[in-house]
Amino acid sequence: MNAILALEDGTWFQGVSAGAPGHTEGEVVFNTSMSGYQEILTDPSYAGQIVTMTAPQIGNYGVAETDVESGKPQVAGFIMRDLSPVASNFRALGSLRDYLTRHNIVAIGDIDTRALTRKLRSAGVMRGIIATGTIDPAQLVEKTRQIAHMEGSDLVKDVTCKAAYDFKTSLADAVDEATYGIAPLRRAKRPLRVAAYDFGIKQNILRRLAAHGCEVRVFPASTPAADVLAWKPDGIFLSNGPGDPAAVTYAIDNIKELSKTDVPTFGICLGHQLMGLALGAKTYKLKFGHRGGNHPVKQLSSGAIEITSQNHGFAVDPDSLPSNVKVTHLNLYDGTVEGLRHTDKPMFSVQYHPEASPGPHDADYLFQEFLDEMEK
Amino acid sequence: MIGSGPIVIGQACEFDYSGTQAIKALRAEGLEVILVNSNPATIMTDPELSDRTYVEPLTPDALEKIIEKERPDAILPTVGGQTALNLAVTLDELGILEKHKVELIGAQIPAIKVAEDRLLFRDAMKEIGVEVPESGVAKTLEEALEIVERTKFPAIIRPSFTMGGVGGGIAYNLEEFKEIAGRGLSLSPVHEVLIEESVIGWKEFELEVMRDGADNFVVICSIENIDPMGVHTGDSITIAPALTLTDKEYQRMRDWGRRIIRRVGVETGGSNIQFAINPDDGRMIVIEMNPRVSRSSALASKATGFPIAKIAAKLALGYRLDEIPNDITRVTPASFEPTIDYIVTKIPRWNFEKFPQADRTLTTQMKSVGEAMAIGRTFKESFLKGIRSLELGKEGSLFRRPAADGDDAVTSPEEEEAALRRKLVVPNDRRMWELFRALDLGWDIEKLHELTNIDPWFLQQFKEIVELRKTAEMIGLRDMSHDLMRTLKRAGFGDKELSEILGVNETAVREKRQELKLKASFKRIDTCAAEFESFTPYLYSSFEDACEADPTDRQKVIILGSGPNRIGQGIEFDYCCCHAVFGFKHEGFETVMINCNPETVSTDYDTADRLYFEPLTFEDVMAVIERERDGNVDVSCVVQFGGQTPLKLALALQEAGVNILGTSPDSIDLAEDRQRFNQLLWDLGIPQPASGTATSRAEAREVAAKVGFPVVVRPSYVLGGRNMAIVYDVATLDRYMTGAVDVSHDRPILIDRFLEHAKEIDVDCVADATGTVVIGGIMEHIEEAGIHSGDSSCVVPPPFLSDKHVATIRDYTRRIARALKVVGLMNTQYAIKDDTVYVLEVNPRASRTVPYLSKANGQPLAQIAARVMAGKSLAELGVTDDLTPAGMFVKSPVFPFVRFPGVDTILGPEMKSTGEVMGGAGSFGMAFIKAMLGAGQRLPESGAVCITVNNDDKNDVLPIAQGLVALGFEIIGTRGTAAYLRAHGVDCSVVYKVNEGRPSLADEIVNRRISMVINTPHGRESFFDDKAVRRAAMMAGIPCITTITGAAAALEAIRALKTEGMEVRALQDYYSAVAANQ
Ligand SMILES: Nc1ncnc2c1ncn2[C@@H]1O[C@H](COP(=O)(O)OP(=O)(O)O)[C@@H](O)[C@H]1O
Ligand SMILES: Nc1ncnc2c1ncn2[C@@H]1O[C@H](COP(=O)(O)OP(=O)(O)O)[C@@H](O)[C@H]1O
Ligand SMILES: [Mg+2]
Ligand SMILES: [Mg+2]
Repeated sequence: MNAILALEDGTWFQGVSAGAPGHTEGEVVFNTSMSGYQEILTDPSYAGQIVTMTAPQIGNYGVAETDVESGKPQVAGFIMRDLSPVASNFRALGSLRDYLTRHNIVAIGDIDTRALTRKLRSAGVMRGIIATGTIDPAQLVEKTRQIAHMEGSDLVKDVTCKAAYDFKTSLADAVDEATYGIAPLRRAKRPLRVAAYDFGIKQNILRRLAAHGCEVRVFPASTPAADVLAWKPDGIFLSNGPGDPAAVTYAIDNIKELSKTDVPTFGICLGHQLMGLALGAKTYKLKFGHRGGNHPVKQLSSGAIEITSQNHGFAVDPDSLPSNVKVTHLNLYDGTVEGLRHTDKPMFSVQYHPEASPGPHDADYLFQEFLDEMEK
Repeated sequence: MIGSGPIVIGQACEFDYSGTQAIKALRAEGLEVILVNSNPATIMTDPELSDRTYVEPLTPDALEKIIEKERPDAILPTVGGQTALNLAVTLDELGILEKHKVELIGAQIPAIKVAEDRLLFRDAMKEIGVEVPESGVAKTLEEALEIVERTKFPAIIRPSFTMGGVGGGIAYNLEEFKEIAGRGLSLSPVHEVLIEESVIGWKEFELEVMRDGADNFVVICSIENIDPMGVHTGDSITIAPALTLTDKEYQRMRDWGRRIIRRVGVETGGSNIQFAINPDDGRMIVIEMNPRVSRSSALASKATGFPIAKIAAKLALGYRLDEIPNDITRVTPASFEPTIDYIVTKIPRWNFEKFPQADRTLTTQMKSVGEAMAIGRTFKESFLKGIRSLELGKEGSLFRRPAADGDDAVTSPEEEEAALRRKLVVPNDRRMWELFRALDLGWDIEKLHELTNIDPWFLQQFKEIVELRKTAEMIGLRDMSHDLMRTLKRAGFGDKELSEILGVNETAVREKRQELKLKASFKRIDTCAAEFESFTPYLYSSFEDACEADPTDRQKVIILGSGPNRIGQGIEFDYCCCHAVFGFKHEGFETVMINCNPETVSTDYDTADRLYFEPLTFEDVMAVIERERDGNVDVSCVVQFGGQTPLKLALALQEAGVNILGTSPDSIDLAEDRQRFNQLLWDLGIPQPASGTATSRAEAREVAAKVGFPVVVRPSYVLGGRNMAIVYDVATLDRYMTGAVDVSHDRPILIDRFLEHAKEIDVDCVADATGTVVIGGIMEHIEEAGIHSGDSSCVVPPPFLSDKHVATIRDYTRRIARALKVVGLMNTQYAIKDDTVYVLEVNPRASRTVPYLSKANGQPLAQIAARVMAGKSLAELGVTDDLTPAGMFVKSPVFPFVRFPGVDTILGPEMKSTGEVMGGAGSFGMAFIKAMLGAGQRLPESGAVCITVNNDDKNDVLPIAQGLVALGFEIIGTRGTAAYLRAHGVDCSVVYKVNEGRPSLADEIVNRRISMVINTPHGRESFFDDKAVRRAAMMAGIPCITTITGAAAALEAIRALKTEGMEVRALQDYYSAVAANQ
């Protein structure tokens, strides 16, 4: 079946349907990872976004039970150059195509994804629509212009958990962790209670915390600070998530509350941006964001380079930082802020993904730093 | 800096590429670079590239002399392949480094040892919890046998410290095991082999990784082998990036990579790490790590646009990755991991047809002589482009009907099935073609996976290709829809392949395609999947919507490269292409390079102004030309420098209206076409061996009768003496004619009178449009005519030629060049017999000897030729007199025999050498011995020389025997030769021939009783097996000289060695000495 991708700037691509039939809309972004499409599909931070893989051959190793970052695919739509009809891996449970169809993800294949990527790079991310079947491109283009902008929209409320729960690793998880994960630098000296704010949290963050010896309770995004503190956590974790941080005002307020206490706090991605906002900084939208597994980040204290996994469209404005918040990490591609630390509170955060999945494991040491803070 | 020496299997021009990059990087840092490399056919040995250039043997004593002379602060051993690495280790062990206070940079001795010594490596890996195959190290056969008890069969046998797996192999039973282990022990420089548990059939992967002094680590590229474990990576079809790994699997591999490079202790630079993964349960083990840039890192550099060798050199100087900018994006640093949005396929090229007795099975020992790389947006596109890049002609077509196959046609289906199974189970150079044939016959993926262990994902892709082919065939060209044609082109089908499938000619397909408005667009290789703008026009074609070529409106010239290395067309031609680029740049042209060989300097993105990494076919070249024309300037094309590959395209391109610079395609054809050429020489009154052409036995007999035996027979239009034979009698002639493949009236068999015991001479010259001809050099062959020019040693200036003949040769050369209206280079081969100079052949193009002459003269011949083609006259360039060498320079070939057990080492008119070295000195003898040393032949200074020659040679060998005696050698002869020598007063003892009795000559060689053999063949397959003698000698590493002239040269060399003693001298010094004298 035919499919069309239309963009707000008036361009459109003719391709073939590669997932569920129908119609989907969202912000079109590109990801440069060469592997890990299943982790990307299931990462809640992609809510509301149509993701283009720059790597041309997608679906080769199918989908596996344990390579998910949440219960289901979270992307609004998916774009590929060439989708594999077969799944070739001993862990594969089925083909990517079936997986997308089963979960009702509209996807398009066989288009010039590099041309699309270059467009997004130079014009910035755009609103777009994928529609299958025979449709008039001009109409689609029109429609794209009615899609709500990312800026100012709170997408967290749609992806956060409904009620608090305690994280338990499944056996399959544990086995895979043992085979493919990396040994934590160390485990907690005693079981540490970590309260994790779920703004769209990735499974692997929970797995890494558990692997480091933490007992994790996951709280809905809107949980008042007081309720979280009532659980007497040793540390508070602020998760990744989708959309514009500035729009998640309730979270910012809660973090302000928490920052009055001395409970160690660690934030990743959206959590990092929210912490920045709570501490008085501003955030802004990047032209085309950072999405991939090869971004070099410099740790300013040591000068060491980490190759990082990234997925964000907004960033913290360094010039807006209060004097008691310092930049700890910088992106070597464009000099944007990659890490923050409070000078007199045990609060720190990174813009990128130390839990990887997908991506390199270079930044796993940050979980240990979180342990250090909690054990002080 | 140490280079990698001559081109051999497993070590080709990739090290010229990495070395050249490293030199540029080091000099850019203001360092003084001293280069040592025995291979003159390299860009890296260009005198202007380094401060001091030593084209000297890569031996410890040569190196020590150079170190004494130059007093370097450091040695960089990591960009010269295994050769440089091993040499560095030896220098250290001999205490030479310490004695002269030279430090090693890039890799330290302990790191090299851990990585190269299989035992140390295994233990180091176990230490860091990295899995390796079960294994044990043996220094004797007994130990080996004990170990294999544990590790079981099949057993992998790998000698330590050999490159490309020389002497290694897979043994399935005890017999094989004893043979391979024995060979391995003798071939390993440290006489040590590793016996290893086999993981044949597992998936094989490679990581190209880099580390800097601050312990920053990046993966540049992941490579997946389509051929599973058991086939050497150099013989495997490989792709980048890895396509069948989940992120979980890939990240584990990356984590291991970091741990391994740390543990091995490569502080800075690039390394290559090989992994195997069990497809059934994901179990991963590490196979080996190479602590240096390698063939794979050259591939990775071309595949990603990340210049590994250049960066490695900078890291060795202490830079950190984040301090080095990425040339391509400019804004981002080198401390990142390239991400690519296309698929790269590398396909090896073998030359088995030249070694009929060789075993074509692919094992752990590399056998391919070259490779082609192709880039496409999908695997299919990339793979099919790769196949056509190989230039295999009919042989290369994946789509020939089984019927069209010569070998096992007309067999029953059962036999066919069985035969096919066998060819699929046992890896060999034709397996991919057999696989397509099986798919054609409808074999399913499960079955094929079972037989080949190739990952089902690839098999699926191949199946889709076959299905597309069938659809196309069914629809036919006339009814082909836009969609189908688009799908076929996007899947990588070339017009030529389609024309074969559809049974029409290529033009028809081309026209249909144009009518459907389908043309190639071009994408950039930018290291970042378009995340950032790219500033280097490094391009590949694809049938996509958007084109990123944006050609300029500068006056431009397109230089066609020489494609994959093969015997007869190797690095020499890439050297010439690079110099063509330099020449045209000099003349203000924008230079555009098209080539598909990833090992080369010409495909370095900063050699030409623009680089198209594309197959060298009519379609692909025209696509580039048409795109470049959009810059609204006329585009000219140069076909003279890349050997036969571009030459074959010349006429077609011209017919398509492309302006060919330099010698006209018609003149090229005139030189190639027998009738026309004979006529020309006749008119010029220049002698040529009597000749004729034949298409049948009868005709052949007639011609032979006319010209007289012996004759040289060969098919028309061949290169490297393919299928060429010297025939002494009618019976053999008949056999040849019967055996000869595709003979037709426009492709007859050429029959020439064979000039026996004739001296052969090679001449290269450059001519301009005004008719000025400058002779670059007159190269006198050591071996006589009958041994391919590429296989015989030669020397400039000609020490033994009479002035009369030299004058004649100059005169003939000038007249032929003018008659052919040559503008650019021309190579001529002469033979002198009975005081007459005959022309053997004329090639109006760059030749194999151009780089060697350029080094000998200190004049870049190819560059001068390019500037002449750009319109300059030789007068304007200030070169009007014939060039003269700055000393005595000998060029000697290097052969791959050691890799092909059972192959005779005897030389003939069919070229067999893979590379060459140069030796320079004041005297012929010394130059010759240096060349010998460079080629790995250590001539003895004492001991016993065994002489066994055929009757014709007996009286010529006498003075040589006397000379050897005078130098204190003991002479041993086989019965006939000994009798003759004794009769002429040479005292010598007798040894049995093989099959005559024991201990035979072969035994004595094995027993190290003999230090040199002089053996001229006793005619075809004589009962007394000379072949065994020659092999024994080669395996024992003692010189075996198979021609009288060669023996004479060796005698003079040994004399020089004993009287003069070896000296080293930089090219720059040779040249300045000459300059001083003028
Ligand atoms: N244990 C093994 N079982 C099966 N195949 C092997 C094994 N070890 C090596 N090989 C094969 O042999 C090839 C050459 O081995 P390698 O260690 O890479 O030697 P080299 O130094 O020549 O590259 C590998 O590419 C792989 O295909
Ligand atoms: N008529 C001949 N007499 C003696 N030797 C010959 C003759 N023709 C060719 N040869 C030998 O065969 C070799 C290869 O022949 P050539 O024409 O150079 O083929 P190619 O085109 O492959 O170089 C020559 O280098 C020469 O040694
Ligand atoms: Mg190897
Ligand atoms: Mg090796």
